Amino acid sequence: MLSRPATQTQITHLQRLWLYVLVGLVFLFLIVPCLIVIPMSFSGSKYLEFPPRTWSLQWYEAYLGSPEWRAATFVSLRAALLTTLFATTLGTIAAYGIARVHGAVSSLARGVFMLPMLVPLILLAIGCFFVYAKIGLNGTTTGLVLAHTMLALPFVVIAVLSGLASYDMNQERVAQSLGASRPWAFLTVTLPQIRLSVLSGALFAFVTSFDEVVIALFITGGQNATLTRLMFANIRDQIDPTVAAISSLLIGLSILLLVGSQLLLRKGARK
Amino acid sequence: MPGKVEIRNIRKSYGSFVALDDVSLDIAPGEFLTLLGPSGSGKTTLLNVLAGFVRPDSGSITIDGTEFLTLPPHKRNLGMVFQNYALFPHMSVGRNVGYPLRLRGVSAAEIERRVRDALDLVQMAHLADRGVDALSGGQRQRVALARAIVFEPSILLMDEPLSALDKKLREHMQLELKRLHDRLGTTTVYVTHDQREALTLSDRIAVVNGGRIAQLGTPDEIYDRPRNKFVADFIGETRFLPVEHGASGLSLYGRPLKVRDEWKSLTGDTPWLVVRPERLRWHGEETDAANRIDAETTGVIYQGDSYLVTVRMPDGVEIDLRRGPDIAGKELPQRGQPVHLWLDREHTILVSDKP
Ligand SMILES: Nc1ncnc2c1ncn2[C@@H]1O[C@H](COP(=O)(O)OP(=O)(O)OP(=O)(O)O)[C@@H](O)[C@H]1O
Ligand SMILES: [Mg+2]
Repeated sequence: MLSRPATQTQITHLQRLWLYVLVGLVFLFLIVPCLIVIPMSFSGSKYLEFPPRTWSLQWYEAYLGSPEWRAATFVSLRAALLTTLFATTLGTIAAYGIARVHGAVSSLARGVFMLPMLVPLILLAIGCFFVYAKIGLNGTTTGLVLAHTMLALPFVVIAVLSGLASYDMNQERVAQSLGASRPWAFLTVTLPQIRLSVLSGALFAFVTSFDEVVIALFITGGQNATLTRLMFANIRDQIDPTVAAISSLLIGLSILLLVGSQLLLRKGARK
Repeated sequence: MPGKVEIRNIRKSYGSFVALDDVSLDIAPGEFLTLLGPSGSGKTTLLNVLAGFVRPDSGSITIDGTEFLTLPPHKRNLGMVFQNYALFPHMSVGRNVGYPLRLRGVSAAEIERRVRDALDLVQMAHLADRGVDALSGGQRQRVALARAIVFEPSILLMDEPLSALDKKLREHMQLELKRLHDRLGTTTVYVTHDQREALTLSDRIAVVNGGRIAQLGTPDEIYDRPRNKFVADFIGETRFLPVEHGASGLSLYGRPLKVRDEWKSLTGDTPWLVVRPERLRWHGEETDAANRIDAETTGVIYQGDSYLVTVRMPDGVEIDLRRGPDIAGKELPQRGQPVHLWLDREHTILVSDKP
């Protein structure tokens, strides 16, 4: 006997209440810490507070008007773009190799590429600092990009490997038999089909670099300080709502990037 | 005519496992040669050696006199069709077929014309703009074929191209492949483990077993003169009956056996009589005991166009025979009844266990 008109499960909303509460809590703890800076950034007072008692745009003006903040933003953007370029290229090639070759070499390579993700960040930062001190890379863009590329590689490798998992390597063989050299077969047949994975790897690489602060604290400074490093210093020394304004802008940028890439992907998928 | 392939002493091992054991084979220009063998016998490995995806340990392959093994796959000018077709899902049917031509720098107008011709040949011209995901298995097969022949390769390689299709479509495609080969005359190396497919399509068949060629010959040679028990067993519905080799000659279940080819006994070899059910006759000379088998009917099944009669040999071997609905002067045997069967001398095949 049905106790009510047939739904798929015969469970009422009331019986499911606990689930709704749980989901609500998860969302609360997931989203609120991310978004709470937004109201704080429009504060009219001199200190970070929630909720703000008065409202103003002064902290956005403070950020955009400061040459120091602008320079740090530029440093971060440059590092993130270069990191994206290197990590995506290297990571894609590495993942391809790992997927193509079987056996011990492949497993070993996979392990080595995952290493930066397993080692605590603070140890990596100390390691980078000492190694780069020996070869004079501390405080340079090259050093920063190298360190961030190392951090970002595992994400790219994982993303591309997952794309290759469902890819039929026979296609590349067919392409070769039809007259394409191996690199050309990769570029014209394999890459177009794993492009979504590569793109998501690239996105991860960009965000990894742009958000990174621990390594930046150790190996950058002065002219080369990244935006996150400056924000960190600011919170430690002043705690004015400029960081909240920057964070809000960054959140906006991230959402834009995500939505944009989703739209691109969907358009690509439809084609 | 180009396309003469000479394969010489190809060996390939994976660790201690020998996948190809000293394979030598000549393929004539325009020939349709099939590699037929059980799973794991090395057919794909040999095809991949030809295509350049597997490097043999030793040996040589020449095509029209020039060494082939040193060329990378993309310089070999081979058309290849894989079992799973491996069409490029990010390209339309037309672009798939045009891919090898674009690589060769053919002009756009020429590409269009040749793609259309190739698709016409496989009756797919009307679907040139389709995505390949929207094709049926048989259609994909045709596109893969068109893509492999559009650049007029010197050799066409096909690895079980029909095995993913259902029986009816497979038989239809076999005939189409044969027609296409008659028309184009491209030297073709075809891999299958379906013996009927091999018999239908091939000019010659190489039966492969354990990395070696067990026998190379035309379909009727392979079928009617198998060289050993393996080949006889692999081709056709085969039963083996034990033949005694005594002082007075050969005998089967105590009756004399007259054979087509003299039995050249190697020491200790026991001959086996290869029985193809369709070669057994219901009629014969009752008074002549030679080549007569007295068996017992153990089952009769009506199957519309014919009866399937199961008979048991004196030593218990059972053979399924097909019997037309109407054989003049002969009653349909009933279950439990004795039957007499005859095997003509020219249809006797003796093989030994040894290769
Ligand atoms: N890369 C490899 N490493 C180790 N062994 C291999 C490799 N490739 C093939 N083999 C072995 O070589 C033998 C021949 O393989 P091959 O693929 O040629 O068989 P096949 O005749 O095509 O069989 P099937 O009909 O199942 O496709 C098999 O036993 C297989 O396990
Ligand atoms: Mg195979």
